[in-house]
Amino acid sequence: MFDVIVVGGGPAGISSAIYLKRFKLDVLVLMKDFGALDKTDHIENYYGFPNPVSGRQIVENGLSQASRLGIEIRNEEVLNIDKTELFVIKTNRNEYEAKTVLLATGSSRVNLRIPGFSDFVGKGISYCAICDGFLYRKQTIAILGEGEFMAEELEVLRNFSSDLYVFTNGLPLSVKVEGTKIITDPITGFIGDEVVNTIVTDKASYPVNAVFVAIGTPSATDFALRMGAFVDNNMIAVNDKYMTNIPGLFAAGDCIGGLSQIAKAVADGAEAALAINKYIHSKTS
Amino acid sequence: MAIEITDSNFKTEVLDSKLPVIVDFWAPWCRPCMMLGPTILEIAEELEGKVKVGKLNVDNSETIARRYSVSSIPTVILFKDGAIVKKVVGLMRKEDLLHNLGL
Repeated sequence: MFDVIVVGGGPAGISSAIYLKRFKLDVLVLMKDFGALDKTDHIENYYGFPNPVSGRQIVENGLSQASRLGIEIRNEEVLNIDKTELFVIKTNRNEYEAKTVLLATGSSRVNLRIPGFSDFVGKGISYCAICDGFLYRKQTIAILGEGEFMAEELEVLRNFSSDLYVFTNGLPLSVKVEGTKIITDPITGFIGDEVVNTIVTDKASYPVNAVFVAIGTPSATDFALRMGAFVDNNMIAVNDKYMTNIPGLFAAGDCIGGLSQIAKAVADGAEAALAINKYIHSKTS
Repeated sequence: MAIEITDSNFKTEVLDSKLPVIVDFWAPWCRPCMMLGPTILEIAEELEGKVKVGKLNVDNSETIARRYSVSSIPTVILFKDGAIVKKVVGLMRKEDLLHNLGL
Protein backbone atom coordinates (compact mmCIF):
# COMPACT_ATOMS: atom_id res chain seq x y z
CA MET A 1 0.00 0.00 0.00
CA PHE A 2 1.25 3.47 -0.89
CA ASP A 3 0.78 6.71 0.99
CA VAL A 4 0.23 8.54 -2.28
CA ILE A 5 -0.30 7.50 -5.86
CA VAL A 6 0.31 10.30 -8.30
CA VAL A 7 -1.48 9.87 -11.62
CA GLY A 8 0.47 11.79 -14.24
CA GLY A 9 4.18 12.41 -14.77
CA GLY A 10 4.15 16.01 -15.96
CA PRO A 11 5.24 19.16 -14.08
CA ALA A 12 2.44 19.01 -11.47
CA GLY A 13 2.77 15.27 -10.77
CA ILE A 14 6.57 15.11 -10.63
CA SER A 15 6.96 18.35 -8.69
CA SER A 16 4.54 16.96 -6.15
CA ALA A 17 6.27 13.57 -6.03
CA ILE A 18 9.62 15.26 -5.30
CA TYR A 19 8.18 17.01 -2.24
CA LEU A 20 6.22 13.94 -1.14
CA LYS A 21 9.42 11.89 -1.23
CA ARG A 22 11.14 14.55 0.86
CA PHE A 23 8.38 14.15 3.42
CA LYS A 24 9.39 10.48 3.47
CA LEU A 25 6.06 9.35 2.13
CA ASP A 26 5.74 6.18 0.13
CA VAL A 27 4.89 7.53 -3.34
CA LEU A 28 4.32 5.93 -6.72
CA VAL A 29 3.93 7.85 -9.97
CA LEU A 30 1.87 6.26 -12.74
CA MET A 31 2.10 7.83 -16.16
CA LYS A 32 0.99 7.03 -19.66
CA ASP A 33 2.55 9.62 -21.93
CA PHE A 34 4.02 13.10 -22.11
CA GLY A 35 0.65 14.83 -22.44
CA ALA A 36 0.19 18.31 -23.84
CA LEU A 37 3.87 19.21 -23.39
CA ASP A 38 4.84 16.61 -26.00
CA LYS A 39 3.24 18.89 -28.59
CA THR A 40 5.13 22.00 -27.46
CA ASP A 41 8.58 22.29 -28.98
CA HIS A 42 9.59 25.80 -28.04
CA ILE A 43 9.32 26.97 -24.43
CA GLU A 44 11.19 30.12 -23.50
CA ASN A 45 9.15 31.57 -20.67
CA TYR A 46 9.99 29.06 -17.95
CA TYR A 47 12.46 30.08 -15.28
CA GLY A 48 16.03 28.82 -15.44
CA PHE A 49 16.41 27.84 -19.10
CA PRO A 50 18.66 30.26 -20.97
CA ASN A 51 17.76 28.71 -24.32
CA PRO A 52 14.39 27.57 -25.68
CA VAL A 53 13.57 24.04 -24.63
CA SER A 54 10.98 21.53 -25.83
CA GLY A 55 8.10 20.39 -23.63
CA ARG A 56 9.25 16.82 -23.98
CA GLN A 57 12.74 17.75 -22.77
CA ILE A 58 11.35 19.46 -19.68
CA VAL A 59 9.24 16.41 -18.83
CA GLU A 60 12.20 14.08 -19.44
CA ASN A 61 14.35 16.24 -17.16
CA GLY A 62 11.68 16.04 -14.48
CA LEU A 63 11.49 12.26 -14.77
CA SER A 64 15.30 11.90 -14.54
CA GLN A 65 15.35 14.20 -11.53
CA ALA A 66 12.62 12.18 -9.82
CA SER A 67 14.32 8.86 -10.59
CA ARG A 68 17.60 10.14 -9.19
CA LEU A 69 15.78 11.04 -5.98
CA GLY A 70 14.53 7.47 -5.74
CA ILE A 71 10.94 8.08 -6.80
CA GLU A 72 9.32 5.09 -8.42
CA ILE A 73 7.71 5.87 -11.76
CA ARG A 74 5.80 3.19 -13.66
CA ASN A 75 4.65 3.45 -17.21
CA GLU A 76 1.11 2.16 -16.77
CA GLU A 77 -2.23 3.41 -17.96
CA VAL A 78 -4.67 4.03 -15.10
CA LEU A 79 -8.06 2.67 -16.13
CA ASN A 80 -10.11 3.06 -12.99
CA ILE A 81 -9.91 4.49 -9.47
CA ASP A 82 -12.31 3.38 -6.80
CA LYS A 83 -12.67 4.56 -3.23
CA THR A 84 -13.60 2.20 -0.49
CA GLU A 85 -11.70 2.69 2.73
CA LEU A 86 -8.56 3.10 0.64
CA PHE A 87 -8.20 4.10 -2.98
CA VAL A 88 -7.93 1.17 -5.38
CA ILE A 89 -6.15 2.07 -8.59
CA LYS A 90 -6.50 -0.31 -11.50
CA THR A 91 -4.04 0.01 -14.38
CA ASN A 92 -3.57 -1.97 -17.58
CA ARG A 93 -1.06 -4.13 -15.67
CA ASN A 94 -1.67 -3.99 -11.91
CA GLU A 95 -3.92 -3.01 -9.08
CA TYR A 96 -2.65 -0.77 -6.29
CA GLU A 97 -3.94 0.54 -2.99
CA ALA A 98 -3.18 3.98 -1.64
CA LYS A 99 -4.20 6.24 1.23
CA THR A 100 -4.41 9.24 -1.07
CA VAL A 101 -4.44 9.94 -4.79
CA LEU A 102 -3.20 13.01 -6.62
CA LEU A 103 -4.73 13.50 -10.05
CA ALA A 104 -2.29 15.37 -12.28
CA THR A 105 -3.05 14.09 -15.74
CA GLY A 106 -3.09 17.43 -17.45
CA SER A 107 -5.83 19.10 -19.40
CA SER A 108 -9.21 17.52 -19.50
CA ARG A 109 -10.76 15.61 -22.29
CA VAL A 110 -11.56 17.42 -25.49
CA ASN A 111 -14.96 17.40 -27.06
CA LEU A 112 -15.21 15.57 -30.34
CA ARG A 113 -15.52 18.08 -33.12
CA ILE A 114 -18.22 16.17 -34.93
CA PRO A 115 -21.58 17.74 -35.80
CA GLY A 116 -24.19 16.97 -33.15
CA PHE A 117 -21.73 15.67 -30.54
CA SER A 118 -21.81 18.54 -28.08
CA ASP A 119 -25.58 18.94 -28.55
CA PHE A 120 -26.22 15.45 -27.19
CA VAL A 121 -23.73 15.25 -24.31
CA GLY A 122 -25.96 14.46 -21.32
CA LYS A 123 -28.76 13.64 -23.78
CA GLY A 124 -27.84 10.10 -24.66
CA ILE A 125 -24.11 10.74 -24.97
CA SER A 126 -22.36 9.85 -21.71
CA TYR A 127 -18.80 9.77 -20.42
CA CYS A 128 -19.49 7.20 -17.70
CA ALA A 129 -20.67 3.62 -18.24
CA ILE A 130 -20.98 2.80 -14.54
CA CYS A 131 -23.05 5.97 -13.99
CA ASP A 132 -25.45 5.72 -16.89
CA GLY A 133 -25.19 2.28 -18.53
CA PHE A 134 -28.02 0.84 -16.47
CA LEU A 135 -30.48 3.29 -17.99
CA TYR A 136 -30.06 1.53 -21.36
CA ARG A 137 -30.68 -2.06 -20.27
CA LYS A 138 -31.25 -4.33 -23.29
CA GLN A 139 -31.02 -1.41 -25.68
CA THR A 140 -28.59 -0.64 -28.50
CA ILE A 141 -25.49 0.95 -27.00
CA ALA A 142 -22.52 2.37 -28.88
CA ILE A 143 -19.13 2.99 -27.34
CA LEU A 144 -16.58 5.32 -28.89
CA GLY A 145 -12.94 4.38 -28.42
CA GLU A 146 -10.12 2.20 -29.61
CA GLY A 147 -7.92 1.19 -26.65
CA GLU A 148 -7.83 -0.25 -23.15
CA PHE A 149 -10.02 2.48 -21.67
CA MET A 150 -12.74 1.58 -24.18
CA ALA A 151 -12.32 -2.15 -23.40
CA GLU A 152 -12.71 -1.41 -19.68
CA GLU A 153 -15.90 0.60 -20.22
CA LEU A 154 -17.18 -2.02 -22.67
CA GLU A 155 -16.97 -4.68 -19.95
CA VAL A 156 -19.18 -2.51 -17.75
CA LEU A 157 -21.70 -2.07 -20.57
CA ARG A 158 -21.88 -5.83 -21.18
CA ASN A 159 -23.71 -6.09 -17.85
CA PHE A 160 -26.53 -4.03 -19.29
CA SER A 161 -26.87 -5.04 -22.94
CA SER A 162 -25.59 -7.48 -25.52
CA ASP A 163 -26.50 -5.19 -28.41
CA LEU A 164 -23.23 -3.28 -28.48
CA TYR A 165 -21.31 -1.36 -31.11
CA VAL A 166 -17.72 -0.20 -30.92
CA PHE A 167 -16.97 2.89 -33.03
CA THR A 168 -13.25 3.62 -33.40
CA ASN A 169 -13.91 6.78 -35.45
CA GLY A 170 -11.27 6.03 -38.06
CA LEU A 171 -8.60 4.82 -35.62
CA PRO A 172 -7.23 1.27 -35.65
CA LEU A 173 -8.48 -0.93 -32.80
CA SER A 174 -5.55 -1.46 -30.41
CA VAL A 175 -7.21 -4.10 -28.20
CA LYS A 176 -8.90 -7.39 -28.93
CA VAL A 177 -12.67 -7.08 -28.70
CA GLU A 178 -15.14 -9.91 -29.14
CA GLY A 179 -18.90 -10.23 -29.29
CA THR A 180 -19.66 -6.71 -30.52
CA LYS A 181 -20.04 -5.06 -33.87
CA ILE A 182 -16.97 -2.99 -34.67
CA ILE A 183 -17.21 0.04 -36.93
CA THR A 184 -13.92 1.65 -37.87
CA ASP A 185 -15.28 4.22 -40.35
CA PRO A 186 -14.95 7.86 -39.34
CA ILE A 187 -18.06 9.30 -37.69
CA THR A 188 -19.54 12.26 -39.53
CA GLY A 189 -22.45 13.13 -37.25
CA PHE A 190 -24.76 12.41 -34.32
CA ILE A 191 -28.48 12.77 -34.97
CA GLY A 192 -31.48 12.75 -32.65
CA ASP A 193 -34.40 14.79 -31.46
CA GLU A 194 -34.54 15.22 -27.71
CA VAL A 195 -31.87 12.54 -27.27
CA VAL A 196 -29.34 11.04 -29.64
CA ASN A 197 -30.71 8.19 -31.79
CA THR A 198 -28.34 7.72 -34.73
CA ILE A 199 -24.62 7.66 -35.43
CA VAL A 200 -23.70 8.54 -39.00
CA THR A 201 -20.42 7.50 -40.58
CA ASP A 202 -19.14 8.24 -44.06
CA LYS A 203 -20.62 4.88 -45.14
CA ALA A 204 -23.81 4.23 -43.16
CA SER A 205 -26.24 5.26 -40.40
CA TYR A 206 -26.58 3.27 -37.18
CA PRO A 207 -29.63 3.59 -34.91
CA VAL A 208 -28.54 3.63 -31.25
CA ASN A 209 -30.15 4.40 -27.89
CA ALA A 210 -27.02 5.63 -26.18
CA VAL A 211 -23.42 6.58 -26.91
CA PHE A 212 -20.61 6.16 -24.37
CA VAL A 213 -17.33 7.97 -24.87
CA ALA A 214 -14.06 6.22 -23.94
CA ILE A 215 -11.56 7.53 -26.46
CA GLY A 216 -7.83 7.21 -25.79
CA THR A 217 -6.86 7.45 -22.12
CA PRO A 218 -9.24 8.42 -19.31
CA SER A 219 -8.71 11.96 -18.12
CA ALA A 220 -8.56 13.15 -14.51
CA THR A 221 -12.08 14.47 -15.02
CA ASP A 222 -13.26 10.99 -16.00
CA PHE A 223 -11.90 9.53 -12.75
CA ALA A 224 -13.29 12.40 -10.70
CA LEU A 225 -16.73 12.07 -12.23
CA ARG A 226 -16.94 8.34 -11.53
CA MET A 227 -16.00 8.83 -7.89
CA GLY A 228 -18.52 11.62 -7.36
CA ALA A 229 -16.12 14.55 -7.19
CA PHE A 230 -17.36 17.99 -8.20
CA VAL A 231 -16.42 18.98 -11.73
CA ASP A 232 -16.99 22.54 -12.96
CA ASN A 233 -16.83 23.15 -16.71
CA ASN A 234 -14.74 20.02 -17.18
CA MET A 235 -12.26 21.12 -14.49
CA ILE A 236 -11.94 19.27 -11.19
CA ALA A 237 -13.07 21.45 -8.31
CA VAL A 238 -10.60 21.56 -5.39
CA ASN A 239 -10.42 23.60 -2.19
CA ASP A 240 -7.42 25.76 -1.18
CA LYS A 241 -5.70 22.56 -0.02
CA TYR A 242 -6.01 21.05 -3.50
CA MET A 243 -8.44 18.45 -2.20
CA THR A 244 -11.70 17.53 -3.94
CA ASN A 245 -14.94 16.93 -2.04
CA ILE A 246 -13.79 13.31 -1.66
CA PRO A 247 -11.45 13.03 1.35
CA GLY A 248 -7.96 11.99 0.23
CA LEU A 249 -8.53 12.72 -3.46
CA PHE A 250 -6.35 15.63 -4.55
CA ALA A 251 -5.82 17.27 -7.94
CA ALA A 252 -3.22 19.66 -9.37
CA GLY A 253 -2.07 21.20 -12.63
CA ASP A 254 -4.09 21.78 -15.79
CA CYS A 255 -6.91 19.46 -14.69
CA ILE A 256 -8.04 21.96 -12.02
CA GLY A 257 -8.08 24.89 -14.44
CA GLY A 258 -6.38 28.26 -14.15
CA LEU A 259 -3.27 29.27 -16.03
CA SER A 260 -2.12 26.50 -18.40
CA GLN A 261 1.54 27.16 -17.68
CA ILE A 262 4.37 24.95 -16.42
CA ALA A 263 5.13 27.43 -13.63
CA LYS A 264 1.58 27.14 -12.31
CA ALA A 265 1.57 23.33 -12.57
CA VAL A 266 4.86 23.09 -10.66
CA ALA A 267 3.51 25.39 -7.94
CA ASP A 268 0.27 23.37 -7.76
CA GLY A 269 2.30 20.19 -7.35
CA ALA A 270 4.34 21.62 -4.48
CA GLU A 271 1.28 23.02 -2.68
CA ALA A 272 -0.63 19.77 -3.14
CA ALA A 273 2.31 17.81 -1.69
CA LEU A 274 2.28 19.96 1.45
CA ALA A 275 -1.46 19.48 1.80
CA ILE A 276 -1.24 15.71 1.24
CA ASN A 277 1.51 15.41 3.83
CA LYS A 278 -0.63 17.25 6.38
CA TYR A 279 -3.68 15.19 5.48
CA ILE A 280 -1.86 11.87 5.92
CA HIS A 281 -0.41 12.95 9.27
CA SER A 282 -3.81 14.14 10.47
CA LYS A 283 -5.21 10.69 9.72
CA THR A 284 -2.46 8.76 11.43
CA SER A 285 -1.85 10.91 14.50
CA MET B 1 -37.35 14.69 4.73
CA ALA B 2 -37.49 13.40 1.18
CA ILE B 3 -40.40 11.23 0.08
CA GLU B 4 -39.75 8.00 -1.75
CA ILE B 5 -41.38 8.33 -5.15
CA THR B 6 -42.49 5.13 -6.86
CA ASP B 7 -44.58 4.11 -9.87
CA SER B 8 -47.65 3.89 -7.63
CA ASN B 9 -47.40 7.29 -5.91
CA PHE B 10 -45.83 9.35 -8.71
CA LYS B 11 -49.17 10.74 -9.87
CA THR B 12 -50.51 11.70 -6.45
CA GLU B 13 -47.23 12.92 -4.92
CA VAL B 14 -45.75 14.66 -7.97
CA LEU B 15 -48.21 15.34 -10.79
CA ASP B 16 -51.18 16.21 -8.56
CA SER B 17 -49.16 18.04 -5.91
CA LYS B 18 -50.27 21.53 -4.95
CA LEU B 19 -46.68 22.41 -4.02
CA PRO B 20 -43.85 22.42 -6.56
CA VAL B 21 -41.93 19.11 -6.38
CA ILE B 22 -38.22 18.40 -6.79
CA VAL B 23 -37.56 14.80 -7.84
CA ASP B 24 -34.07 13.37 -7.56
CA PHE B 25 -33.63 10.51 -10.07
CA TRP B 26 -30.95 8.30 -8.57
CA ALA B 27 -29.72 4.72 -8.10
CA PRO B 28 -27.70 3.06 -5.35
CA TRP B 29 -24.94 1.96 -7.77
CA CYS B 30 -24.33 5.52 -8.97
CA ARG B 31 -21.51 7.11 -6.96
CA PRO B 32 -22.27 10.72 -7.95
CA CYS B 33 -25.92 10.10 -6.96
CA MET B 34 -24.81 8.95 -3.51
CA MET B 35 -22.70 12.11 -3.18
CA LEU B 36 -25.74 14.22 -4.08
CA GLY B 37 -27.99 12.43 -1.57
CA PRO B 38 -27.15 14.55 1.52
CA THR B 39 -27.62 17.75 -0.52
CA ILE B 40 -31.12 16.65 -1.51
CA LEU B 41 -31.99 16.01 2.14
CA GLU B 42 -30.68 19.44 3.16
CA ILE B 43 -32.80 21.08 0.46
CA ALA B 44 -35.83 19.12 1.69
CA GLU B 45 -35.32 20.51 5.19
CA GLU B 46 -34.63 24.06 4.10
CA LEU B 47 -37.58 24.31 1.73
CA GLU B 48 -40.06 22.43 3.89
CA GLY B 49 -43.56 23.79 3.41
CA LYS B 50 -42.59 25.55 0.17
CA VAL B 51 -41.34 22.74 -2.04
CA LYS B 52 -41.87 19.01 -1.77
CA VAL B 53 -38.75 16.88 -2.28
CA GLY B 54 -38.80 13.29 -3.50
CA LYS B 55 -36.31 10.64 -4.51
CA LEU B 56 -37.03 8.24 -7.36
CA ASN B 57 -34.89 5.12 -7.69
CA VAL B 58 -34.55 4.55 -11.46
CA ASP B 59 -33.98 0.82 -10.87
CA ASN B 60 -37.52 0.53 -9.55
CA SER B 61 -39.21 3.11 -11.77
CA GLU B 62 -37.58 2.73 -15.14
CA THR B 63 -40.72 3.74 -17.05
CA ILE B 64 -40.99 7.11 -15.32
CA ALA B 65 -37.28 7.78 -15.86
CA ARG B 66 -37.72 7.02 -19.53
CA ARG B 67 -40.90 9.10 -19.83
CA TYR B 68 -38.96 12.16 -18.69
CA SER B 69 -35.93 11.27 -20.86
CA VAL B 70 -33.62 10.82 -17.91
CA SER B 71 -30.52 9.60 -19.72
CA SER B 72 -27.89 10.36 -17.10
CA ILE B 73 -28.08 10.28 -13.33
CA PRO B 74 -28.22 12.08 -11.03
CA THR B 75 -30.94 14.12 -12.70
CA VAL B 76 -33.07 16.49 -10.66
CA ILE B 77 -36.39 17.68 -12.09
CA LEU B 78 -38.60 20.45 -10.74
CA PHE B 79 -42.30 19.85 -11.40
CA LYS B 80 -45.04 22.46 -11.05
CA ASP B 81 -48.69 21.62 -11.65
CA GLY B 82 -47.70 18.28 -13.15
CA ALA B 83 -45.30 19.75 -15.73
CA ILE B 84 -41.53 19.97 -15.92
CA VAL B 85 -40.23 23.43 -15.08
CA LYS B 86 -36.49 22.69 -14.87
CA LYS B 87 -34.27 19.67 -15.42
CA VAL B 88 -30.74 19.61 -14.04
CA VAL B 89 -28.24 16.85 -14.85
CA GLY B 90 -25.15 15.89 -12.88
CA LEU B 91 -23.61 16.22 -9.44
CA MET B 92 -23.29 19.78 -8.20
CA ARG B 93 -23.12 21.86 -5.05
CA LYS B 94 -26.30 22.82 -3.26
CA GLU B 95 -26.19 26.49 -4.24
CA ASP B 96 -25.60 25.61 -7.92
CA LEU B 97 -28.38 23.05 -7.90
CA LEU B 98 -30.85 25.53 -6.36
CA HIS B 99 -29.76 28.24 -8.77
CA ASN B 100 -30.15 25.93 -11.78
CA LEU B 101 -33.57 24.87 -10.56
CA GLY B 102 -34.53 28.55 -10.30
CA LEU B 103 -35.11 28.27 -6.54
